Amino acid sequence: MLREITIGQYYPADSVIHKLDPRVKLAGTLVFLVSLFAFASVEAYLLATLALAAVIRASKVPLRFMLKGLKAIFILLLFTVAFNLFLTRGTPILHFWIFTVTKEGVKTAVFMAIRLVYLIIGSSVMTLTTTPNNLTDGLEKALSPLRRIRVPVHEIAMIMSIALRFIPILLEETDKIMKAQIARGADFESGNLIRRVRNMIPLLVPLFVSAFRRANDLAMAMEARGYHGGEGRTKMRPLVYARRDKLAYSAMLLYLIAMFFVNRIGFFAGLIQW
Amino acid sequence: MGIIKASRLAFDYLKTDEEGKVESKSRAIDDVDLDVEEGDFVAILGHNGSGKSTLAKHINAILLPSEGTLYVDGKDTRDESKLWEIRQTAGMVFQNPDNQIIGTIVDEDVGFGPENMGVPQQEIWRRVEDSLKKVGMWEYRSHSPNKLSGGQKQRVAIAGVVAMRPKCIVLDEPTAMLDPNGRKEVIRTVRELNRQEHVTVLLITHYMEEVIEADKVIVMDQGKVVMQGTPREVFSHVEELKGYRLDVPQATLVAHELKRAGLPLPDGILSNEELVRELEKI
Repeated sequence: MLREITIGQYYPADSVIHKLDPRVKLAGTLVFLVSLFAFASVEAYLLATLALAAVIRASKVPLRFMLKGLKAIFILLLFTVAFNLFLTRGTPILHFWIFTVTKEGVKTAVFMAIRLVYLIIGSSVMTLTTTPNNLTDGLEKALSPLRRIRVPVHEIAMIMSIALRFIPILLEETDKIMKAQIARGADFESGNLIRRVRNMIPLLVPLFVSAFRRANDLAMAMEARGYHGGEGRTKMRPLVYARRDKLAYSAMLLYLIAMFFVNRIGFFAGLIQW
Repeated sequence: MGIIKASRLAFDYLKTDEEGKVESKSRAIDDVDLDVEEGDFVAILGHNGSGKSTLAKHINAILLPSEGTLYVDGKDTRDESKLWEIRQTAGMVFQNPDNQIIGTIVDEDVGFGPENMGVPQQEIWRRVEDSLKKVGMWEYRSHSPNKLSGGQKQRVAIAGVVAMRPKCIVLDEPTAMLDPNGRKEVIRTVRELNRQEHVTVLLITHYMEEVIEADKVIVMDQGKVVMQGTPREVFSHVEELKGYRLDVPQATLVAHELKRAGLPLPDGILSNEELVRELEKI
């Protein structure tokens, strides 16, 4: 049952977006997210929608996979909308019992909702089209200037990729220990919250012990294969920008400029509208 | 001098108290002399706690001798400046296949060793292809290791070591966690590497069937080397082996019992075929 959980929701497909350098995708996601917060107008959001739709189309990932991520934030979305709707001061348009809905409230609520939804879809595009390993590689390379201020960038990336490799193994182990403890009469499913948490102890203790043993073994195996940190290491898949990556960067720049202008126009249009 | 040469090698596991003072010592290997020639297939046998794994970890310089010396390809393992050379000369495969695979994709894992050595990119790919083909796992190069069987994982681990182009491979109970099929796969791979690539192999195991084809068998007990010789020589001492809590191959045991019952059979019969042949002669 636990094995069905997957972290890193890569969707394999043969598309331009999949082939892009992970650094480009990281930058692209960042640009998109920033643009959502920097330019808040109907026109800007229309443009953002167009851009997002184009990227999703190009990625060949079915839309329902993108929308899956929204389930996780549904409650958050609900709260955000409700709070913005009822707690924003301004011109009242609706009033019942102790709640007042204002024009401004509706506006911020809608904008907030769009922002959140786009934020999730935007980052889903990245995680769905990039393998976790590729992503860590991209992060390592993108953050490598931080090495100068003694941030252990290589080590962090290595930790991330090892964690990704061991997630399924530890999940399987959890499953095994759970079954073993259930066979011995452990109960993981009944009782109140506190009891349930306490019942987890016979699961967590062996899991931790085994995780440490694995870590010890793995460290030894890595040393035996000559691992001695990032220095003097070569890469079998070094990240090199191709032409399409440069094009993607140009597209990003164009998008930002377009957003800027559309937002200016939107500003005046918005004045008339509201 | 052979590729691995130990003289009077000893190692103590230290037990320390909270302040780091040594509370007690336990000698894991004691006064071991070893001389392995390049290209040999040497099997080290021993019961749990006989010191065989400790010895294996010395060859890769993961552990350093407390007393005595160990030379790998003419390099003293205590010489820290030669550490990475030694680890490249003597590759090591461990027992648990899951705990030694680092990469999330098969080819990535095989490339890990060469990457650490600073091998240029094109050469890494050549080596990855070459070593995966040698262990028969090339078709699985873009698979996730989590989806492979135990024997396949262990073959990937062997490929990862082979990609470092070692002169010697030390395998520390590589088949202990595998099913019989996986065990056969791994042993066949190791034997091929030894025969075709002339890689020196040190196989540590407690499965007797795996050592029959070795050039030399070393039996360890309580940290000491107690028997040494060809499989035939070693397995002709059935009673002595039993004393070290080791099982002999079934055919050897049957032959031994038959001989005690009065049949004129030679000592040290290793395989079923051999036993049948000898019995037909009678």
